[in-house]
Amino acid sequence: MAMHQISLADDGYGDGVHRNIIFEREFLVMGFLTYLINGLSLGSVYALIALGYTMVYGIAKMLNFAHGDVIMIGAYLVFICTSNAGMPAIVSIVIAIGCCTALGMIIEKIAYAPLRKATNLAVLITAIGVSYFLQNVALLVFGSNPVSFTSIIPWKGLTFAGGQLKITGNAIIAISVCLVIMIVLMWFVKNTKPGQAMRAVSEDRDAAVLMGINVNATISLTFAIGSGLAAIAGALLCSSYPSLTPYTGSMPGIKAFTAAVFGGIGSIPGALLGGLLLGIIEILAKAYISSELADAIVFAVLIIVLLVKPSGILGKQIKEKV
Amino acid sequence: MKMEKLKKLTTGSNKSTTKLIATIAVIVILYAVMTILDATGSLTSLMKGLLVPVCAYSLVAVGLNLCVGYLGELSLGHAGFMCVGAFISAFFSKAFRGTIPDVPRFIIALVIGTFFAGLFGFLIAIPVLRLRGDYLAIVTLAFGEIIKNVINVLYVGIDGKGVHFSLKDMMALGMEPDGTVIVNGAQGITGTPRQSTFTIAVLLLIVAVIVTHNFVNSRTGRAVKAIRDNQIAAETVGLPITKYKLIAFTLSAAIAGVGGVLYAHNISSLTATTNTFGYNMSIMILVYVVLGGIGNFSGSIIAATLLILLPEMLRGLANYRMLIYSIVLIALMLFNWAPSILKWREEHGLKAIIKKKKEVQ
Repeated sequence: MAMHQISLADDGYGDGVHRNIIFEREFLVMGFLTYLINGLSLGSVYALIALGYTMVYGIAKMLNFAHGDVIMIGAYLVFICTSNAGMPAIVSIVIAIGCCTALGMIIEKIAYAPLRKATNLAVLITAIGVSYFLQNVALLVFGSNPVSFTSIIPWKGLTFAGGQLKITGNAIIAISVCLVIMIVLMWFVKNTKPGQAMRAVSEDRDAAVLMGINVNATISLTFAIGSGLAAIAGALLCSSYPSLTPYTGSMPGIKAFTAAVFGGIGSIPGALLGGLLLGIIEILAKAYISSELADAIVFAVLIIVLLVKPSGILGKQIKEKV
Repeated sequence: MKMEKLKKLTTGSNKSTTKLIATIAVIVILYAVMTILDATGSLTSLMKGLLVPVCAYSLVAVGLNLCVGYLGELSLGHAGFMCVGAFISAFFSKAFRGTIPDVPRFIIALVIGTFFAGLFGFLIAIPVLRLRGDYLAIVTLAFGEIIKNVINVLYVGIDGKGVHFSLKDMMALGMEPDGTVIVNGAQGITGTPRQSTFTIAVLLLIVAVIVTHNFVNSRTGRAVKAIRDNQIAAETVGLPITKYKLIAFTLSAAIAGVGGVLYAHNISSLTATTNTFGYNMSIMILVYVVLGGIGNFSGSIIAATLLILLPEMLRGLANYRMLIYSIVLIALMLFNWAPSILKWREEHGLKAIIKKKKEVQ
């Protein structure tokens, strides 16, 4: 800031004007930083959802379109536990994670496992069926009116620069939860037996079977982890955007899927990178260009990235064999 | 030897002609049943209102089936092409209402809508077809969303000075007082002349089926199928891959555009929401295609008809109808595709029972 002050003082403006310019600049910078942090916070939620997509895609080679609706179910569970049953936030989150994990495994067993050897498209359509099913169950149980979700994070957050830069508690928690989960997950996949089994199955399923890996259990585990993360993502998403309906999950679901592709589908750091970038682009586009066109801009950036790097930013380029 | 081959070829083409006739017969029978039901007054007004949309979505499904079944590429953006066809034709019809008589105006609107949907398909296909598999699917989804999103903020008006565009709001058009706003942002286009009748819709559907059938069995169509089955082999033989892919994708988008034109001229207020032209609709159309059988045009039409009418028929079940719909969808997919169920069907299904009876006799 000091540099600007000197250069501005030299250009011959009156004192008041130059103070105004400095103020405006500071204001712009602070505004930009606020948007950036909001973007990171939204991006963290996308990254958590994208993890579910990317892991399932990497291991089961299917697009799980019902993933977005598991988020919605998770958010409703948290809502019931905190608002209706009056449980503390941490307990309700644990309950939601447990239920969503079970839900993910049940869905996998009933709807996807029988189709493991069928074409990809058949599984895709079944996933769409499951997505409708979850939405309509929620519609019957909770009704179509939006419920207002009270944030599970009571912390107001931090304020910097004399109140100009506010970082909400939601944003801090979202970003840190996302980072911690990402690190744990990367360690899990790299260093533990089940994690190594996951990598083996995603590399070559038939070879993994020959090595004595239980493929069915590995795929179940993947769905369990993905769905558990979806519950956390649901709670975080609704803490920042408090209106919850049975359709809440579908748009973030699609965007997180985009984020997974953006970062390179099948790659865990790719999901993090894709999610964060997507969140930042969306919030900045909303702030500086047009709030109606934000989604279009997000998708346009995705298209450009895929045209330059056809398998996403961190994706592996797979050579086609004859 | 040569004769045998020739015979095989001709019977082959006969077989596909039979298939075409069967498809047209399916459409005509559906048409007849609906008309009779309508004449006897046993159709509810809601069902009646669904007749043209059923044809419109069937058309889009036929277009998408060309892309998924014969080009072998998954597109999740066909609702976007439908949207382009719908909005451009509705724009034309509304703008020239009163200056051109009804019938030629509808024909021109149809041509324009189809052309622009095809053009968009062509322009999008140039970059998109470089990608493969799921990446291609997500990019088409993205394009569909962009089209929907842009139309939602688009304002177009016409006055004495010409056409005005804006992406901001109605005031930004800067129109003369005598001008009319035609596309009104999120409110879309209202007051399009309602000219698509069930008969026109069915005729267009039949034309589309004939066109796709002839395309699939033409030299170009065979090339497209060769590329689908093995791109590297097709390339080695010397087929220009990009050209054939572009042709197939453009045709597929254009047919979706025809569906859009029909749809637009059947409702009084045309808006682009997630459920009408967004990814939800694209996915719904994909459901018709997969459930009806990939590469099977009559299957697409039957599946579209049943799945659009099913929620109406289940209306008595009130809130449970969409739940039942989703369960039916999952059950059908498992019944048709799960290897273990297919094996069970082979052993215990109708065909197996008939066979067993014959053996006993």
